[in-house]
Amino acid sequence: MTANEAEIIVNEQVPMVEIIREFDAPAEKVFRAHVDPKLFVQWNWPDGFAVTFDQWDCRTGGAYRITMAGEDIEGTVHGSFHDVIPSRLLVQTFTADAAPDVVILEKHRFEDLGDGRTRLTATSLVESFEYRDSFLDAGLVEGFARLDQLLADMPDDSGDQR
Amino acid sequence: MAAADPLSHVFSALADPTRRDMVARLTLADATVNELAAPYDVSVQAVSKHLRVLEDAGLVSRSKDAQRRPVHLKAEAFDLMTNWIERYRRQAEERYQRLDALLADLPDEIEGDEK
Repeated sequence: MTANEAEIIVNEQVPMVEIIREFDAPAEKVFRAHVDPKLFVQWNWPDGFAVTFDQWDCRTGGAYRITMAGEDIEGTVHGSFHDVIPSRLLVQTFTADAAPDVVILEKHRFEDLGDGRTRLTATSLVESFEYRDSFLDAGLVEGFARLDQLLADMPDDSGDQR
Repeated sequence: MAAADPLSHVFSALADPTRRDMVARLTLADATVNELAAPYDVSVQAVSKHLRVLEDAGLVSRSKDAQRRPVHLKAEAFDLMTNWIERYRRQAEERYQRLDALLADLPDEIEGDEK
């Protein structure tokens, strides 16, 4: 629980976001925590989210559909598993039912670092910079409201954040 | 700025590659419209139009004095973007800390298919 800080790269050339994070666990386990719905549900959503796996067929050519309900957000998302290679690679699409035109391509690479450590590289590629930015925004429902507030009466010297 | 949704403004302003490039150059130093137009194969008018979009989004300002009227990048607009990305990063970090906790107690054996 030391130097494992998530790093984010917001790509300037293509509408992509990349998150890199290391774990004190072997690739097999990190991978399993992504593909086993009983494990996935335990960490991917904040507390207080009601999550239902309407479908979860995590294998190459499979698909998923998940309904979730939280404080400010609820809806159903779905996608296809394009490639599932145990302990190495997970490629899937992501679409919210509410916006079927917007397809996000997600790729998780699991890299065995030895000594029971794993580096995860998670990339999300979208169709345009505008989509990318609204997609970033979508994860920030509560933060965004506060940011709007902050912007409305933003002082010239904005030293303190966090 | 004072728009209903300032961040969307900022991001749609930056969705254009020419405008992103102009902003990137302004991070180095203030510049006049002519200086900004120089590297591009477009008219000064077209560059002025891009500048207006950036101005409306609150990303740049132009001093009123003299004819030079250099364009200046507004740092606070950029801080805001950085904060916004940082927030997203922190949210991912929180998610992965929950994963850390789960992995710490995860038994070795796998049920079902293994490779």
